[in-house]
Formats: sequence, C-alpha cells, structure tokens
Amino acid sequence: MNGTAANSRSVSTVLALPSRLAFIRSEGFPLIPSLILLMITLVAILAPVLAPHNPEVGVLGDRFRPPAWQTGGTTDHLLGTDHLGRDVLSRLIFGSRISVVVGLMVIIVAGAVGTALGIISGYLGRWVDQVIMRVTDAWLALPALMLAIFLAAIVGPGISNIIIILAAVWWTRYARVIRGEVLSIRERDFVRLAVVAGCSKWKIMRMHILPNVINSAIVLATLQLGQVIIAEAGLSFLGVGVPPPLPAWGLMLADGKKGLMAGYWWLTVLPGGCIMLMVLSANLLGDWLRVKFDPQLRQL
Amino acid sequence: MKKFILKRLGLAAISLFLLSLTIFLLIRISGDPAVLLAEPGASAADLQAIRNQFGLDRPLWVQYVSFISHLFRGDFGQSFYYRTDVFELYLSRLPASLLLAAAAMVFSLVIGIPTGIIAAVRVNKWQDSIGKIFALLGLSMPSFWVGLVMILFFSVYLGWLPSSGSGTIWHLVMPAIALGWVFAAAHMRLTRSSMLEVLGSEYVKLARLKGLPEALVISKHAFKNALIPVLTLAGVNLVIMVNVAVIVETVFAWPGVGRLLFEGINFRDFPVVQASILLGGTMIVVVNLLVDILYAVIDPRIRYEG
Amino acid sequence: MTGPLLDIRRLSTHYVSARGTRVTRAVDDVTLSLDQGQTLGIVGESGSGKTTLALTLLRMLPPAARIVSGEMLFEGSDLIKKPENEMRRIRGKRIAMILQDPMMSLNPLFTVGDQVAEPIRVHEGTPRRSAWKRATELLKAVRIAAPETRVGEYPHQLSGGMRQRIVGAIAISCEPRILIADEPTTSLDVTIQAQYLNLLRDLQRSHNLALIFITHNLGIVAKMCDQVAVMYAGRMVEAGPVKQIYNAPAHPYTRALLESIPRLGDNRQRLTAIDGQPPDPSAPPPGCAFHPRCPKVMDRCRSEAPPEFRVTDTQTSRCWLSAPAAR
Repeated sequence: MNGTAANSRSVSTVLALPSRLAFIRSEGFPLIPSLILLMITLVAILAPVLAPHNPEVGVLGDRFRPPAWQTGGTTDHLLGTDHLGRDVLSRLIFGSRISVVVGLMVIIVAGAVGTALGIISGYLGRWVDQVIMRVTDAWLALPALMLAIFLAAIVGPGISNIIIILAAVWWTRYARVIRGEVLSIRERDFVRLAVVAGCSKWKIMRMHILPNVINSAIVLATLQLGQVIIAEAGLSFLGVGVPPPLPAWGLMLADGKKGLMAGYWWLTVLPGGCIMLMVLSANLLGDWLRVKFDPQLRQL
Repeated sequence: MKKFILKRLGLAAISLFLLSLTIFLLIRISGDPAVLLAEPGASAADLQAIRNQFGLDRPLWVQYVSFISHLFRGDFGQSFYYRTDVFELYLSRLPASLLLAAAAMVFSLVIGIPTGIIAAVRVNKWQDSIGKIFALLGLSMPSFWVGLVMILFFSVYLGWLPSSGSGTIWHLVMPAIALGWVFAAAHMRLTRSSMLEVLGSEYVKLARLKGLPEALVISKHAFKNALIPVLTLAGVNLVIMVNVAVIVETVFAWPGVGRLLFEGINFRDFPVVQASILLGGTMIVVVNLLVDILYAVIDPRIRYEG
Repeated sequence: MTGPLLDIRRLSTHYVSARGTRVTRAVDDVTLSLDQGQTLGIVGESGSGKTTLALTLLRMLPPAARIVSGEMLFEGSDLIKKPENEMRRIRGKRIAMILQDPMMSLNPLFTVGDQVAEPIRVHEGTPRRSAWKRATELLKAVRIAAPETRVGEYPHQLSGGMRQRIVGAIAISCEPRILIADEPTTSLDVTIQAQYLNLLRDLQRSHNLALIFITHNLGIVAKMCDQVAVMYAGRMVEAGPVKQIYNAPAHPYTRALLESIPRLGDNRQRLTAIDGQPPDPSAPPPGCAFHPRCPKVMDRCRSEAPPEFRVTDTQTSRCWLSAPAAR
C-alpha cells in the first residue's frame, strides 16, 4: 500500500488484496461452513443444470413417493416427491436460489441503508441523530417477524416484496450498532485531523468513517444472514412470503405439513435440514468474523 | 426512584405514539386503504361506503386522531370472519398465548441459565464446548421446524404426545419446547458471557482473597451480578415470545393470539391483523417498561442514575 | 514462636505461554523475611514482579503461572505445600490483601455492611446480627463517619476514599497476622492519600500487623515502612532497613531511583531519569538484568548474573559491586 495514501486515510481493510487467501490458514477459520455456503451458492447458480426435473410441475400419479432408499422410492426421484408429484430434489435445488437471493439482497440492502443512516446519525449528531434514533427505537420495539407479517399482509406476496419488507425491518439493527461505532471513531485523531484540514462532512464520512465501520457492517451482515433466512422461511410457511408454486424451502415446509401425520418425513426433514445447514454455516462464519475483526462486537 | 419511573413512562408513551403512527401511516400509504379495510370481495359501492365510514378523504391528521380515539376506547373494529369485536377476540385468545410463552420461558431459563453457568465456570473445557454447540444449534434451527420434527417423532412415530390443540399439559410440552428452544440458546449464551465477565471482576477476586469457599463466591457474588443482563433479556423476550409464537401456534394449532393472526392473514381479516400488531407492540412496550423498573429494584445503582 | 512470621526462600514463579514456548520469570529467586509488627515495602516499576509475588504468597495465581522453586514459610509451615482448602482458611483470616481499585473491589449489589461482615461470618461462623455489629465497629475503626448509617449503604453511594477504607476494614476484620497492600493509594486523590496512609499505619500499630506494602513510590515507603525490598525484572536487587538503604544504597538501580526523585531546594536544571526501559519480562538480558541501563556496568555483569551479597548484617544487594573482593 502506498505511503501517502495510507497517511490520509487510516483504513483497516478487511482482506488485503494480494494476500487475500492468507486468512484461510488463520486459526479457527471455519472452513467447512464456508465451503457449505459456497456450495449452496454454486447450486443456486447452476440450478437449471443440476436439477433433474422441473421443480414447479409434477405428475399427480407420482405423489408422495419416498426417497430412493426406502421402499416405494425410485432413483428417478432421489429424494422423493411432494403432494403434487413434484421432485423434491429439484425443488430443493431451485429453492436454494430463493434463499441465496433473498438472503443476500436483504442483508445488502438493509446493510447499506442501515450503515448509511448509522454513519449519518452518529457523525452529524444533534437533531438528525435524535430523529433517526427515535425512529429506529420505535421500529426495533416490534419484533421483526411481526412487522414483516404485517407489511406482507398489506402489500401482498412476491419475491421483491419480501426482499423490500425484510430489508425494511432489518436495517434498524445495523443503524444502531454502526452509530455506536461511529460515536467512538469520531473522536479519534485522524478524523480530527481531517476536520482541521477542512474536509467537508460528507467527504469525512465517506473516506474516513466508512472504511472503519465496514468491518463491523460485514460481521453484522453475516450474523444476520441466518436470521433473515429463517424469517423468510417463516413468512413463506405462513403463506405471506414467497408465493407458490415457487420452491422456497419455507413453502416446502408448509406443504410438507400436509403429509406429516401420514409419516412422509422427507417433505419436512429435508427442506428444514437445508435451512438449518445454511443458517448454521452462516452463523459459524459470522462468529469467526466477529471474533477476528472486532472484539467490541461481542455483545451482539 | 420516582423520577426514574416517570422518565421511563414518558419514553414508553413516546414509543406507543410512534408505533400507532407507523401502523397508521403504513396502512394509509399502501395502495388503496379501502381495499384493506373492507371485507374481501367487496364491491365498488362497499368500498365507497368504507371510505365514508373511515373518513378516508379527510386530511391525514384528522384520520389519525379518529384512529387513536378509537384505540383508546378499545375499539379495534369488527372481525370479518368471526363477526365479533376484535378487541374481545384478542383478549379471549391472549391467555393461551401467555400460557405458552410462560411455559416456553420456563423451559428456556431452566435449560439456558444452568448450562450457561456451567459453561462459564468450566470455560474452555468440554462442558463449555457442548454448551457452545447447543447454543449454535438452537440459534440455527427455525422454531417451526423444530416443532414439525418433534411432531414427526413424538406424535407420528412414537405416539406419545398429541400433535395439535390444547387442553392438557401434554399438549403444552412440544409447543413450549419448540418456542423456547431458540431463546434457551440465547439465554445460555448471554449467561455464559455475563458470568465470565463477572468471574473476572475485581470484586470476585476480592471475594476469593477473603478466603470464601468457591461455591459461595460463585453462588453469592458472581451469580446475582451475572443474572442481571439475563433477566432483563428474559423479560423482554417473554413478550417477544408471545408475538413470535405465531408460527409455533400455527404448527400446533394452539389457540392463541398468534394463531389468530395467522387466521387473520389467511382469511384476509384485516382488523384482526391490525389489532394483533398494535396490541402486540403495546405489550412489548409495557413489558419493557416493567422490566426497566424491575431492573432498578434489583440493581441499586440504576435508581440513582435514572 | 521462634523464627520470622513469614520466611520466603529462593522463591521463583514462572508464567508459561499457552504452547509452552515462552517462559516469563515473573519472580526469580526471591528471598525475604518478615517479623510480626514489621512493615516491608516492596518497590519496583511495573512488570518487576511485585504483584506476582503477592499473588504467589496467597496462592492466587492464574492457571498459566507456576511456582517453580523455593519455599514460603508462614508461621513455620510451607504455604506452597498446603492443600487448597487450608489455603482458603488462611486467606482473609491470617493473611489479608487490599487491592488497588476500591470501586471495582466491592460488589455493587451488596451493602457495605454485608461485605465487611462476610469474612467474619465465613471464617468464624459468627451469626448475622453480631457480625453486623462488628462490621459497624470496624467502620468506626477505619474512621468512617456515621458508621451506623454507612453500614447499610451501597458502594456506589460512597466516595473513593471511603471505599478504600471499607476495603481496609474487610481486610482487618478477622485480625490477620499479615496485611498485603498492593498499590492501595494509586487510585486515590492526592489529598486523600495522606489520610489513608496514616490510617494504615495506625491500624498496623494497633493490631500489631505485619504489613507488606507494594508500590512504585519511594516516598510512601519512606513514610510507612521499616524495611524495603527493591525488585527489578523479577529479582530482588536490594533489601534492608529503609534508613540504611536510603542513605547508602548499594545497588546502582536503587541509587538511580532515589536520585530521580525531585527534591525541594534541588537546583539542578534537569530531572534525572534512568536511561532506557525496563526489560521485557519474557526475554531479560543475560547476566544482570539491569546491566544495559547501569552507569557502573562491568564486563562481568553482562554475562554472569550476580547472587545476593551481604553488604551489612541487615542489607543485601544483588550486584557485583557488592562482592566482597570488590570492596
């Protein structure tokens, strides 16, 4: 990194460019969870290639087939079929698309909005801070799920709606934490120097404050990913999330409930297992990031 | 102390105000409010009647005042589906939810606190590792999935527990565990970290220097101090549980306010949905207030700081 | 009882890093002794090992630390060999300790009286009511005004000076033989410090306590202590009666410390400080640990660590300059 640039911005970059992959060898790096997340993302991207059947259309005569290793199962439908005869494996594969897309989009949007507001609120202070914080507090007073359900009930189902709703509910968490960080960064010398040098407020926020809170934002985003995915699954389960016939894992669980009492376990255990796998991996990764990059965030 | 309570009351009032304002605005700006407020399948004439009834053409602040005054009188409208007063409907379902939440809370604390303490006292040993794994699993599994899997096991395969409805304590077991599971993990984590912090504090060090037996150091000096954040969280969580239980109640057909909300969504019964949110949010604010006051009772420092 | 109350001989405490690679000699071959009623000041910069020495005495070391060699004879028996439950009976009852920060030392959730009465109830089995009464008397003994009201109050309601007195009251509550005070005045206001030190000295005299006073402040040692031990990099470099050492320090480090205290009427233009920094405890210099900063360094000092030499009957110094042939 060149010297003069380093002087005028005190940046703590998350992953330095040339030695990008060095962190893999660092202690406690959650290799398996990261690989799992990577794999899920790849599956999501390559879904049309990987899935053996069309996830949205099924043959009614083939309904409720168990997975291939049980009696009554076929290798044609490795993981069985659901109540409409649709192939479970294909639905799971396509379902990963929804989880990945919704998850990523929500944390990106919520993260961007929340971080921006957190920085503005923390740095500008006074009445801007008060207003933003009061709104945030009121928003936070409601549990995320309730508000999401309410909004979903008003605006109706749909993927983009879900993304907007979840992002609208989740940005507050970022704003609070980032604002706290900004409050302490604001007092540090390199910021004061920039003020003395005559930088405009916006420039300071963009060039000095932002790079220093990005770490926390990323850690927070990873930690939130799991919750967002569970929330989306919950909303879909209740019928106000992703609409059928899209193969969202949460929707599969709702459908699976129909076969539960008859013992059709694969319709429940498999989609839920996928959710759990993804959330668990995200949580493990997020925990490691938190410990590594910002011990102050431990109270999250 | 009085000043403290008054201040907290003021903040609670502001929160309630903002909550009602938010809900109000959300309804008004999302497309055509009349569609929401009218029953499903309403004709154009019905919609117009609704507009008149709710005064949707009048200025926003007038509508808000009318909105608030209705709320204060306990008038949350009529349920389309049940054809009764929504407020009464909500209140009639509330005890079931409270029961479920209480049971889930007991479960989460009974599991969470001791595991957290053991994990902290035996930090970095195998008990701690098990505790950490448990916490991680708890936070990673959606509560409704836990419920569904439990039904699969205990109702379908083993036939031990009933899968839906309420009435006996056996009906309560699985929903309480499904609901409390996530919170058990959260409480365990918080207990552990809080206990670790307390165990490293100077007054614990002094307690040991006084020659107190280790059991006394932990049970008297460390325990009470460590519990403070946990109980605060638990209090806040209790009412969150009531609200989040919507999914678990749906899975187990438990007749609480969560299931009421689900029915409201299913049947497009908007007054029910709106009331659930408003009342649920109000409960949260009220409980937060009570927890703050309780906190001040336990920790004498808070009273004087206000 | 014959022999000194406390007799530490060639005590060494080492910290071992997690992988066993780095060994820090926090306390290295320390010998000192203390009689009933005597006051000993242990002086040194931070990192010199003085606090570790105190913790070793009470066997309250963190898991990474190990007592490597030596013995600590208290009333004739070796504390190192004692099982934990016996040590517990000694802590607070026969050997007591005061820590540096009184705000942090007191549990915010319990009343002052409860915390003062606690060691009495635990060690002596005294019932609640009489323990509470004794707590009130103890508050009086440490000169806290209106003790009857104070005893029911919480720590945050009291000032820093009062809290430190309460910590003192806790320490003497069971009439210990030895009181260790680890930098007790460092976090107090200067105006309160003198009062507190007077209190400590009076308590020490009236209860005939043996007092170990750990500090970096030579002035306090001069005021409070009969004996002094100077520590550097875990080793005790000089020990003896205060007056003797302050008048005629044998070790160059002690001399430098004494000279660096500015005095009124001193018309030197510049303050003297000791050149250099205290060494990294995990990698001390070879030979005498002080040699890189010593104005009188000789070749021998760089390679051989000096043993303790007797300068007089009562004074020892760990320096080649004090070796018999050199004088």
